[in-house]
Amino acid sequence: MNEMTSPTREERAAKLKGLGCSRKRVEDVRFTQGKGNYVDDVKLPGMLHGDFVRSPYAHARVKSINTEAAMAVPGVLAVLTAKDLEPLSLHWMPTLAGDKQMVLADGKVLFQGQEVAFVVAENRYAAADGIAAVEVEYEELPVLTNPFEALQSDVVLREDLDPAAAGAHGPRKHHNHIFLWEEGDEEATNQAIDSAEVVAEEMVYYHRTHPCPLETCGTVASMDKVNGKLTVWGTFQAPHVVRTVASLLSGIEEHNIRVISPDIGGGFGNKVGVYPGYVCAIVASIVTGKPVKWIENRMDNLMATAFARDYWMKGRISATREGKITGLHCHVTADHGAFDACADPTKFPAGFFHICTGSYDIPVAYVGVDGVYTNKAPGGVAYRCSFRVTEAAYFIERMIEVLAIELGMDAAELRRINFIRKDQFPYQSALGWEYDSGDYHTAWDKALKAVGYDDLRKEQAERVEAFKRGETRKLLGIGLTHFTEIVGAGPVKNCDILGMGMFDSCEIRIHPTGSAIARLGTISQGQGHATTFAQILASEIGIPADSITIEEGDTDTAPYGLGTYGSRSTPVAGAATAMAGRKIRAKAQMIAAYLLEVHDDDVEWDVDRFVVKGAPERFKTMAEIAYAAYNQAIPGVEPGLEAVSYYDPPNMTYPFGAYICVMEIDVDTGEHQIRQFYALDDCGTRINPMVIEGQVHGGLTEALAIAMGQEIAYDEIGNVKTGTLMDFFLPTAWETPHYTTDHTETPSPHHPIGAKGVGESPNVGGVPAFSNAVHDAFRAFGLRQSHMPHDHWRIWKTAHDLGLHG
Amino acid sequence: MIPAAFEYHRPADVQAAIRVLQDHGDEARVLAGGHSLIPMMKLRMAELGHLVDLQDIAELKGISVEGATVSIGAMTTQQELIAHEELARVAPILREAALQIADPQVRYMGTVGGNVANGDPGNDMPGLMQCLGATYTLVGPGGTREVAARDFYEAAYMTDREDEEILTRITFTAPTGGYAYEKQKRKIGDYATAAAAVLIAAEGGKVTRASIAMTNLSDVPVHSGAAAEALIGTNCDEEATTAAIAAMLDDIEPTEDNRGPVEFKRHVAGVILARAIQRAWSRA
Ligand SMILES: Cc1cc2nc3c(=O)[nH]c(=O)nc-3n(C[C@H](O)[C@H](O)[C@H](O)COP(=O)(O)OP(=O)(O)OC[C@H]3O[C@@H](n4cnc5c(N)ncnc54)[C@H](O)[C@@H]3O)c2cc1C
Repeated sequence: MNEMTSPTREERAAKLKGLGCSRKRVEDVRFTQGKGNYVDDVKLPGMLHGDFVRSPYAHARVKSINTEAAMAVPGVLAVLTAKDLEPLSLHWMPTLAGDKQMVLADGKVLFQGQEVAFVVAENRYAAADGIAAVEVEYEELPVLTNPFEALQSDVVLREDLDPAAAGAHGPRKHHNHIFLWEEGDEEATNQAIDSAEVVAEEMVYYHRTHPCPLETCGTVASMDKVNGKLTVWGTFQAPHVVRTVASLLSGIEEHNIRVISPDIGGGFGNKVGVYPGYVCAIVASIVTGKPVKWIENRMDNLMATAFARDYWMKGRISATREGKITGLHCHVTADHGAFDACADPTKFPAGFFHICTGSYDIPVAYVGVDGVYTNKAPGGVAYRCSFRVTEAAYFIERMIEVLAIELGMDAAELRRINFIRKDQFPYQSALGWEYDSGDYHTAWDKALKAVGYDDLRKEQAERVEAFKRGETRKLLGIGLTHFTEIVGAGPVKNCDILGMGMFDSCEIRIHPTGSAIARLGTISQGQGHATTFAQILASEIGIPADSITIEEGDTDTAPYGLGTYGSRSTPVAGAATAMAGRKIRAKAQMIAAYLLEVHDDDVEWDVDRFVVKGAPERFKTMAEIAYAAYNQAIPGVEPGLEAVSYYDPPNMTYPFGAYICVMEIDVDTGEHQIRQFYALDDCGTRINPMVIEGQVHGGLTEALAIAMGQEIAYDEIGNVKTGTLMDFFLPTAWETPHYTTDHTETPSPHHPIGAKGVGESPNVGGVPAFSNAVHDAFRAFGLRQSHMPHDHWRIWKTAHDLGLHG
Repeated sequence: MIPAAFEYHRPADVQAAIRVLQDHGDEARVLAGGHSLIPMMKLRMAELGHLVDLQDIAELKGISVEGATVSIGAMTTQQELIAHEELARVAPILREAALQIADPQVRYMGTVGGNVANGDPGNDMPGLMQCLGATYTLVGPGGTREVAARDFYEAAYMTDREDEEILTRITFTAPTGGYAYEKQKRKIGDYATAAAAVLIAAEGGKVTRASIAMTNLSDVPVHSGAAAEALIGTNCDEEATTAAIAAMLDDIEPTEDNRGPVEFKRHVAGVILARAIQRAWSRA
């Protein structure tokens, strides 16, 4: 090749669109044209439709279910109740948290919206009429919606459990108690706090909310009685786990079950668990021999499928007078609803909540979490966060603010003097984690500078004076957050879901003409895997990302994986992708050496080719090598070019970030306006800056919703008050502010490409940033703590209680 | 979210529509934009055997401005209200209010007639029409009659309209002076936490005429004559505004919902009215 016209290294690298390239999302071509293929787009010949009769009561005995009138509705074929599922032992099912859960009401109902009967009909309309015709006789029972009351009450919610017997996570203290889970040294912590110069104490409540993905949950189950194969399409964030669970529950051999997650319209943790709708559709298909579809409507989704948060976190934090933190104590009362259906790794009933020492070097700490049953929907999923990490971040970032008030200190400075220093990494936290890498001071200083922090404080002080003089009715809040996440579950030695180790996988096939397909054990729900995983691979194997197909979600073709949630895809499956790519490259090196007639060690990798060391004009490109792999007999080397890697990460990754929110608050109406939002994220190596920015924008908007209005609220008799999008706040473009994104880059030392994951950071860091802004606006008037969501009336109430309405 | 089965009728004129209503009694209901009625049917809170779609009835459409008289056909959409330049010129408060209803998707379907006939205390148009002193034309088996918007609303979803009557037109005299429609809501697409419609005419720096109506603060829209009265002869200073607010607060009866408790709503109602008065006065 002519030296003068051959592309430079940089040009060759750019052509790959590998790591660091803001490559456009390949998924968007179909999504922006309405050509996605979601579960509800799956239409099979003869398909039936199933839907639920749901309980109007939060706690009631089911006296009788009369299905006669429903069966008489034209088009209705069957009505399943617990009695019909009992002979199959499917009227209850195991939860991911070691508890069990009713598939259909077995004698009683425990939350409003609970599944009572499953009506199967020829179409959705007949199913809806059938549901209206099912007659259920209930006898109302006393309702417990408050976890503190539930722990005192004589009312037994779970009559199926032996009150004296231990639960999945140890002894139970009360018939409505689920577990007590502890970490850290309580005695030493109490000692440190009791002897401290300054102590701040606060109850921090992170209210119940819901992931509310745009697409609700659903499935199509199709039992082929001729070949004995069951195919299940569904909104599954972990399709392989669903296959294994389905096999264990149904007794159908695993090779006869094919689970397919097609396009998924957002998951955010809501689509990790197994729901009664999946079980009932599968049973109905087995019984009828026809495909059966179940699709939730919005109200069902909000009322019955997995909620998030609902953590009452009682904190005590201590410090020296100069502000050096000396201890942190936290006790959580965790409202799990009627069944413990949290989606956490088995050994972690409170997820990774013990990351709650946050970004700070805290010498001693203790966490205790009491799980409690109430008459609310089960769930407790990680809504766009790693397991209970957003609760932990909110807790510590509120406690820091409260401590700053107690100390009379600037909250930015308090953070700075307590950050884990760069030279302390890898850092061993008091609650048992090993933080992989970080440089918090650099990120913090960059963030404060970017927003002009000192000037903002001056402006705020002037505003307070102007307010006191009656010149304005608006206050200014500066919401600070420095969060540290823990993502990428996780090492198989301590993380599993239903016994399945939390590794992940990638299988690569290079085609003869130099393009490739890679299949992974994860499943994108909007994260853009087809775009970013191809970029990881492009950089590893020198094939352009545009020539690599990424496929996920079909258990018949994809290698076994634990799925996508907890920001684990890039840390785990992304690592598997890089490792599989390296196996490809190792074989390619042998092929290249053979073709170039040199020893294996005499060639070296150069972007998209192997070159002879010292003779760069002699090379074989990856495309040439791929062709040779299929058309030449190479001594000692098998034909073909494929690799598979199962990756068990040695540690979690610890992304972090610094967020600052500047908010105007109208004390008279409780309205707010976000003037500025600055988000600095450090997610290690950045694969696709544009995808990162998109993830941050989306996550911040969810955080805005949660902090400022979104909740699942119940009245005292357990009715869901926020069961539609009229009352459940889902922001539109109108409510969404402008975000400024920024970054630092501190690679993970143990990840093959140094990447840490970013999809969930903005939810984890965003919620405390928005909430701290609200609190900060009222700091000058004596506010220490108020509860989210900060909707108009709650902010108004805060102002009112502080006497700001005259 | 699937309604019970129903028969669909699509008459071409008002008389034919009324005949269907007569044939089926309270089993039948007219359908305008469907953006209040269909959600109720999907929730099965309304189960109707017969829907009488009004969209083919040409005489129910159109906006006319003749001199100071404005007449709006019931089937005019909220979007058409916003887009009508002549209307925006003679009665700009309509555009200001309509822009605060729901979102563009709803406004392209929802009609003015449906909004005022519905009887939902959350609807914005009834209060606005009371403020304007509008008249509704109702046509039924017994002929045509006119009812003042201020006399039309009896309780939530209960109006003076008989089951077999159709609301065909809304008529009012274009207001002179300043105007404002002020609404607090939790988000786009939400009904009001509190809303105020205010018209003020002034001469020589003093209010000569005023009209005030509040929305979603009782089970019906509230036209507060006393609040308007408190402004007459004043320059809408703080004292006058406070008096107007006090009078308005005597007339409303908000209830607690997810937007907040009564105490909050009463406070916000006052703030919103003060802002509306200020803006209307600045335009008077
Ligand atoms: C998400 C959402 C947000 C909304 N937000 C707001 C808001 O902020 N403010 C607001 O004011 N509205 C709001 N609405 C309601 C919307 O404006 C409706 O369109 C309006 O209330 C009803 O008009 P319609 O034409 O859709 O009537 P329909 O829904 O068709 O009918 C409503 C009722 O009025 C009756 N009716 C309709 N036309 C006539 C007639 N000519 N004669 C007699 N009876 C008639 C019907 O029989 C029915 O009972 C919202 C709706 C939605 C879906």
